[in-house]
Amino acid sequence: MKSVIAENLVKTYDKGKVRALDGLNLDVEEGTVLSVLGPNGAGKTTVVRILTTLLRPDSGNAQVAGIDVINHPEKVREVIGLSGQYAAVDEILTGYDNLVMFGELYHLGKKQAVARANELLERFSLTEAAKRPIKTYSGGMRRRLDLAASLIVKPKVLFLDEPTTGLDPRGRQEMWGVIQELVKGGVTLLLTTQYLEEADQLADDIAVIDTGKVIARGTSDALKKQVGGERLEVVVEQQHIAKTMEIVSSVSGNKAGLDEGLRLITAPVSTGSVALFEVLKSLDAAGIHALDVGLKRPSLDDVFLALTGHAAEVKEDSKEVKK
Amino acid sequence: MTTINDIFIITRRQLLLLTRVPEVLIFSTIQPVMFVLLFRYVFGGSIDTGQPGGYVQLLMPGIFVQTVAFTLAGTASGLAEDMKKGLIDRFRSLPISQSALVVGRTLGDSLLNIVVLAVMGIAGFLVGWRPSSGIGNVALGFLFLLFFGYALSWVGVLVGLSASDARVVQNVSFIVTFPLTFLSNAFAPTTGMPRVLQYFAEWNPVSTMVAACRELFGLENQFGATAGSFPSEHPLVTSLFYMVVIMVIFVPLSLRKYRNYAE
Repeated sequence: MKSVIAENLVKTYDKGKVRALDGLNLDVEEGTVLSVLGPNGAGKTTVVRILTTLLRPDSGNAQVAGIDVINHPEKVREVIGLSGQYAAVDEILTGYDNLVMFGELYHLGKKQAVARANELLERFSLTEAAKRPIKTYSGGMRRRLDLAASLIVKPKVLFLDEPTTGLDPRGRQEMWGVIQELVKGGVTLLLTTQYLEEADQLADDIAVIDTGKVIARGTSDALKKQVGGERLEVVVEQQHIAKTMEIVSSVSGNKAGLDEGLRLITAPVSTGSVALFEVLKSLDAAGIHALDVGLKRPSLDDVFLALTGHAAEVKEDSKEVKK
Repeated sequence: MTTINDIFIITRRQLLLLTRVPEVLIFSTIQPVMFVLLFRYVFGGSIDTGQPGGYVQLLMPGIFVQTVAFTLAGTASGLAEDMKKGLIDRFRSLPISQSALVVGRTLGDSLLNIVVLAVMGIAGFLVGWRPSSGIGNVALGFLFLLFFGYALSWVGVLVGLSASDARVVQNVSFIVTFPLTFLSNAFAPTTGMPRVLQYFAEWNPVSTMVAACRELFGLENQFGATAGSFPSEHPLVTSLFYMVVIMVIFVPLSLRKYRNYAE
């Protein structure tokens, strides 16, 4: 069964001048995770806002948990959880106060709201900080609390809009851990992200969007195959370039490419660190000292380049981040 | 019933905020109390009112009205803050009545007004303010003030939701409220103003409110302008009319703005 269906969604801003969504189609199977991947201004936030009843599309249809989003927004709100780009919690209140307040707004009743708040604080390792105002929290803690607030009534469908944007690497790791736990518990999740790595880590399925349309859809493996997986990169002195290219090509099984200016030799590899190790060993045997060597994962730019032939354009007019 | 409960929770949140950041309450009372003292002792000596009890009797209703008029700014900047932090998105995605957040906010701001007015009343009393109309009329006067603040709070909702930045909200509210409170009979007689401003001052809701409060506190409204004009003859009715008109216009506009604010 499909938990989320979006058909032909169109949304324009500024009297039609900016087309945020241009006939977008999406669906999420119950109990699975779909990651909507795209650069800033691609329309990610607009999709989430429409599906969570915050915004009405100009045209098109959408259903969440079998309920029509446009005609019955009040019913949709009962079954969804939303956690946005901005940690939408009251900074002055404590974490505990926030969760109890939201629990009461979900009509749990005081006693149950308190119980649920404590349970969620515990689960997201926030018990110690429960009685502190949110403004003393780190970015990662805020996001976790925000996520907790969106889980108060065990939503049928959870929407996470760029859950790790703006977090430091540690905060991101923590957030991933928390989301992976949720996924194991069998939640239906639609999450948006700018990072291929994040989509890869968390989602069963990835929809790549560009200028308001889905341009590719598939599992992360399928997408990577299309993009070419990891790339090996080696920088050496001028006189060693020819020999190094030979070594890299033989390890990769593909002809290595060369950026002459940077003296950078690259080739796609499928065996990751094993390939890296082999190349280093061969270089060492040949008496070549590499100036720089590494494995590069495909970035969003690589995905876009492979799928559209152009780099991910970050639109200046990113109306969709309007708060 | 659940709507009332939702509103109650939002209002309570605002009161909780006051206990967590007592500075807000302290500064919202210090400013009007400072006005009371400054006007009382700076102008009080030089303005001859011919009123028993002196200038402070006329001054207090003026400062009360000015203070509740600033509810507009309070509501507006509070909502603009919520908007900036994405809180409004969260509230709008909850299965609660769509008007609960704004109604709760306006009620919370009115409760704050009760506290502020009480503190000001005490400060006024200490510097010689003695309403002479009896407890019933004084209470009615305060009720009038609260209702006026509540009506303006709804203007604040629209201002707060329309602005792009919380700092802009402060400035806009200030530019709206300041001339309104000074182009009135609140602090000085309007008879000294140029004729055009006198007309404005006569019909200004702040003037009619001040005149109404003076009446309810047992004073003759000496600072009123031309005798015989409808608003200065009937300040209570005119004020009530203004409040109803403000609510009739701004409640639906604000609620619509809230529902569509992202569009």
